[in-house]
Amino acid sequence: MERVIYLDHASTTPTDPQVVEAMLPWFSEKFGNPSTVYSLGLTSAEAVQHARETIASLIGAEPEEVFFTSGGTESDNWAILGTADAHQSKGRHLVTSAIEHHAVLESMEFLEKRGYEVTRVPVDGNGLVDPEEVRRALRPDTILVSIMHANNEVGTIEPIEEIGKITKEAGVLFHVDAVQTAGKLPLDVDQLGCDLLSMSAHKFYGPKGVGLLYLRKRARVTPFFHGGGQERGRRAGTHNVPGIVGMAKALELAHERMAEDAARESALRDRLWNGLREKIEAIHLNGDLARRLPNNLSIRVDGVEGESMILMLDMEGICVSSGSACTTGSLDPSHVLLAMGIPAEQAHGSLRMTLGRSTTAEDIDKFIQVFPPIVARLREMSPIWCANCICKKGS
Amino acid sequence: MYSELVMEHFRNPRNMGVIEDADGVGEVGNPQCGDMMRITIKVKDDILEDIKFQTLGCGAAVATSSMVTEMAKGKRLDEALQITNKAVAEALGGLPPAKMHCSNLAADGLRAAIEDYRARQKAT
Repeated sequence: MERVIYLDHASTTPTDPQVVEAMLPWFSEKFGNPSTVYSLGLTSAEAVQHARETIASLIGAEPEEVFFTSGGTESDNWAILGTADAHQSKGRHLVTSAIEHHAVLESMEFLEKRGYEVTRVPVDGNGLVDPEEVRRALRPDTILVSIMHANNEVGTIEPIEEIGKITKEAGVLFHVDAVQTAGKLPLDVDQLGCDLLSMSAHKFYGPKGVGLLYLRKRARVTPFFHGGGQERGRRAGTHNVPGIVGMAKALELAHERMAEDAARESALRDRLWNGLREKIEAIHLNGDLARRLPNNLSIRVDGVEGESMILMLDMEGICVSSGSACTTGSLDPSHVLLAMGIPAEQAHGSLRMTLGRSTTAEDIDKFIQVFPPIVARLREMSPIWCANCICKKGS
Repeated sequence: MYSELVMEHFRNPRNMGVIEDADGVGEVGNPQCGDMMRITIKVKDDILEDIKFQTLGCGAAVATSSMVTEMAKGKRLDEALQITNKAVAEALGGLPPAKMHCSNLAADGLRAAIEDYRARQKAT
């Protein structure tokens, strides 16, 4: 079988072999439960503590501000629902943006059904939140602002530091979903000005099923999980020792090679975009190239639907994602693209390529070679594209 | 996600294209929903002599379009009108539940084309 060209790193990444190696002893050999008192367990507890310290130092936090979870979804849910519960006597109003991940948006909807109020600030045509909109949304009863560091679909990097200054001034807790930026951009919780921050290991070449929530000391959050006293009583459940060790190793590696990866991937990403727009008419970039994750390219192709492009690319051994929620079983186009003012019919024709460490110039050139005929074939099949052709012919 | 037969029709769609001097044209769906289909038919002696489709949409939308043309071609109009969206999905070995609604409009497109043909006949 030909090598798969994997261009969906925003969805997940392969676990780095060095990370796997770091994890292996913690499955069968040093398998002790970190919550026990004998030495086998203490070894595990030390490994968890070491991982906590490593991660804390990489994000500018104190080790006791790092709480291990099962991943980004749990961290986002816990940050929002836990804050809402702990601060309901102060108020029941939250602020977020229109383009957050569903783990945030649906947690907000859950709260709305229980009598909380949520303000969703809009974004501009490039997917950027205006910090002043956040300021205007704040009320005396606002208990939390939750804004993502970078968007998972279009890669837009949000002005987190500016929003952090506003929330700090107002004395409102600030949660940042950093699932897409951890390991890709430098993260310093003080510089960002956030009180809570979510990340997920499998997005930065760590294992699936493990993540963390950073909780600044002043951030009170009601625990979600009840049972053992793990994570100082705030997140019960036996520690995922191999996962936690792997996440720390993965973040360490990502920071070591961050600048190098970003430079290489953004150069390849630009090569991809330039190649595609040279060869295909009526394709558009979603978002702008400057304020963007280094590995993200999000485009839309007029007259073609997203899933059909994904299926055809798959036949060529290329894995990409769509902005069209059709693939995830929902019928609506991407809420992110709609919030950016992109019409629904164009949003359905979106495609996201996210590059990674394994991506080579050959992969990019192969994509630039196979994609134009796919678009041509789908346009030939498309009733709306042909209508355009007739228009053009007629003029 | 899709059955092998769905993928086969997606890879090699039957009767794709437009009949330029069609006797009937049916258009269903809406690009805003991400799925749109145009069926053109040629009718002779009340029989679907030729049928072609154009579809904007996901794998299921393309495969159901292809399948309905195969099921309808050569049939009498009243027989062709008996074809339901459900029957098309079944002929493809089923569709994922989420696709049953939005992407499964091929039989509606065929019906619209036949109705257009009949309306044109009445008008002449």
